[in-house]
Amino acid sequence: MSQEVGTEEIGIVVEDDTMIIRAGGELDHHNAVELRTLVDRELIKGKIKNVIFDFTDTNFMDSSGIGTIIGRQKIMESIGGSVRVRNMNPNISRIFQISGLHKIIKVQE
Amino acid sequence: MYKNHMHLEFDSRSENERFARVTAAAFATQLNPIMEELSDIKTAVSEAVTNAIVHGYENHTGTVILEGEIVDRTIILTVKDYGVGIADVKKAMEPLFTTKPEEERAGMGFMFMEAFMDELKVESKPDEGTCVIMKKTIIER
Repeated sequence: MSQEVGTEEIGIVVEDDTMIIRAGGELDHHNAVELRTLVDRELIKGKIKNVIFDFTDTNFMDSSGIGTIIGRQKIMESIGGSVRVRNMNPNISRIFQISGLHKIIKVQE
Repeated sequence: MYKNHMHLEFDSRSENERFARVTAAAFATQLNPIMEELSDIKTAVSEAVTNAIVHGYENHTGTVILEGEIVDRTIILTVKDYGVGIADVKKAMEPLFTTKPEEERAGMGFMFMEAFMDELKVESKPDEGTCVIMKKTIIER
């Protein structure tokens, strides 16, 4: 059973112990605050083991997005879960590489 | 010599982060940049404006100024705030340094500005504010 929460842009889909995060069109500081609230409200329930950031619709991300991914990675690490990312366009991928995040977060093919 | 200038003032609201970077990118289009260069400019401006809002004004209301100048093939973007300022600019510019880990600031703002622009200069005085000056030359194709 899957459950979907969020706005048209940003949202999460929960399927069993996996949460897929739709990062929205632009993941900056403004949108990151909103996304974090939405995601953490679900993570706090303790059922999620895998978090996947899906960047299909995302064409902009800055260091606030990186901070959001690192923050979720810390949470998931503390409970033995995982964070992955997928569907990054070249712009997002470049930010990901320059930040060094590719060394700690797996990219799902 | 080709010259152009723009000046923009806006409230330090996070909604304006997008407004500022899109405006800067639109101003830069007269140099016919490629998508990657536009994306670089957007990211750098977004970082500087976010810093002004989150750190300069510490999420209180203030005015952020974005200035754009084009001289020949070079775009100079200045982001200015009259916020708390930075006591130790060198320290603030170190990768991964952040004063707000609880707000999930990655400490990568200045690192991104440096990576995506050709030149970065930061001037700041405690209690007076911060001025970030960034330059990028767009080669003619």
